[in-house]
Amino acid sequence: MQGYNFAYLDEQTKRMIRRAVLKAVAIPGHQVPFASREMPLPYGWGTGGIQLTAALIGPDDVLKVIDQGADDTTNAVSIRSFFARVAGVRTTTRTTEASLIQTRHRIPETPLRADQIIIYQVPMPDPLYRLEPSRPVARRLHAMVDYGAMHVKLYEDITRFGRVAVSYDHPVMVNQRYLMSPSPIPAFDNPKLHRSPALQLFGAGREKRIYAVPPFTSVVSLDFEDHEFNPQRAPQTCALCGSTTSYLDEMVIDDQGGRMFACSDTDFCEQQRQAQHDHAA
Amino acid sequence: MAYVAVKGGEVAIGAAHAWLARVRRGDPSLPQIDAVQIEAQLGRAVDRVMAEGALYDRHLAALAILQAQGDLIEAAFLLRAYRTTLPRLIDTEPVDTGAMRLHRRISAIFKDLPGGQRLGPTTDYTHRLLDFERPEPEPVITTIARTASPAPRATDLLGAEALLEPDPSGTGEPADLTMAALGFPAGRDLRLQTLARGDEGFLLALGYSTQRGYGNTHPFVGELRVGEVAVAITPPELGFAIEIGDITLTECQMVNQFAGSKAVPPQFTRGYGLCFGHADRRAIAMALVDRSMRAEDLGEDVKAPAQNAEFVLSHCDNVEATGFVEHLKLPHHVDFQSALETIRAMRRDAEASDARL
Repeated sequence: MQGYNFAYLDEQTKRMIRRAVLKAVAIPGHQVPFASREMPLPYGWGTGGIQLTAALIGPDDVLKVIDQGADDTTNAVSIRSFFARVAGVRTTTRTTEASLIQTRHRIPETPLRADQIIIYQVPMPDPLYRLEPSRPVARRLHAMVDYGAMHVKLYEDITRFGRVAVSYDHPVMVNQRYLMSPSPIPAFDNPKLHRSPALQLFGAGREKRIYAVPPFTSVVSLDFEDHEFNPQRAPQTCALCGSTTSYLDEMVIDDQGGRMFACSDTDFCEQQRQAQHDHAA
Repeated sequence: MAYVAVKGGEVAIGAAHAWLARVRRGDPSLPQIDAVQIEAQLGRAVDRVMAEGALYDRHLAALAILQAQGDLIEAAFLLRAYRTTLPRLIDTEPVDTGAMRLHRRISAIFKDLPGGQRLGPTTDYTHRLLDFERPEPEPVITTIARTASPAPRATDLLGAEALLEPDPSGTGEPADLTMAALGFPAGRDLRLQTLARGDEGFLLALGYSTQRGYGNTHPFVGELRVGEVAVAITPPELGFAIEIGDITLTECQMVNQFAGSKAVPPQFTRGYGLCFGHADRRAIAMALVDRSMRAEDLGEDVKAPAQNAEFVLSHCDNVEATGFVEHLKLPHHVDFQSALETIRAMRRDAEASDARL
């Protein structure tokens, strides 16, 4: 696009972001501060993810953008069209075709490969912020591996509600060292973080932090021996493809209490239906 | 040396106002802006001034913006100062936002819902690239057939399952912030009135602080709707309601996570935002702060600024705040003189006691 560099950001900024990424990969789960830039989309829309994508994308990349698992949600459409406009790259909705996947709040159902990078948009990078709002103090807690407060919080949930009341953004231990926010993905997706062959990058633009989970790194959701990590999924079946294992969206279809459930991962749902169609034919 | 006393205030003020008028007018070779253009083309500024000025009148708000050189707090102040002179003739019936003629209606908690998701005239998904082409080409008018399918509030759908706390039904006359001094503890009616005309920046910052760990409320935008509602009054001599006009409102129903206790099962709780005009930011921030201030009632720890109702409500009015902050530039030399004398006396005492030692 005229007047702007390839993929919007100038090359110096890209280099600065790549350096932060390298450091993040070298210290899995550690939040690396970076000089986050103003982007032409507002903070909270995924500026961290967009900056990562802009710093990593090349002319040969194929980009997939999802929001809530879907390619057709407004924000995903907007970010995808942004990169199509400023980088002129090929975009796709197929998980298997993408080399870069930018996501908000989901990990695709289709397992990722070693030649793929997944970029998470992160609102609050520090998993401790609700327990310790001061960033300098939280940083010290990370340095000392002082995560007792988080265990106490989960324990208090169990005593009050009989279960851990964290349904998304469930904190994880990365490489047995750093407590990390997986971004607000449903706890259902947490197991996909563990030993994933793909490089996983996390960008928080407003909070100016980048962190990473390198391929094949251990990622363990926080739990207790007698209260094991137990993520929830709507017990229904997808009304479109019949999946009983994928994560489902609940849609309200009337004001009489009518509900419909369908895969949140629209590409996965599409592929399932295609396979059934091919099988029938 | 001659001591020149600061006198001639009247002349100074006259000169200042004349200069102000020249500055406000700007380069006389350029055409003057008219309030009508502001009303038509700076609609969001008009909305903000109406909200903070607590008066729904698009034309007067535009006039105030023009007179205030675009200083929106000053414009809200002008509007408030006019509003206060108006006689209170009658109270309207409560407006029904459920029956709103929708321009915009989105729910962040359901992918789809009865009545659908409608973006309306939003900047949400624009790319913030400066458009150097001015004047911009006339927009292409595309008319989309409006489907009039009913759009029940998303929170009512959730409420039917009892997962959301019931909306407290109003009993009796609501308090009126403009007719009595704000006192504490303030009921939710007074809190919402105060927030509705509170400073957008202040509400925004406080709402933001709750998202960053200073009094988290786990918020979800259950629904945000913008549109026109009818305003009706019931004249005592008629005994039935008649509609007197339409106003544009933005309403945010925030759904906040778990407030369970031994007595109450876990359920979602509510935060509420309502304001004049199209103002997503204001309505969302208001709903965050409203919910945050309910911390004490819901048995949560009160530690963060946004949870302290007295702190929030006492400082959110920008007309009050700008007055008191800016009054520091008024002459204070009498007070200062007494402070000078006191500090001199204290130093003398200290020197005297040093000398004694």
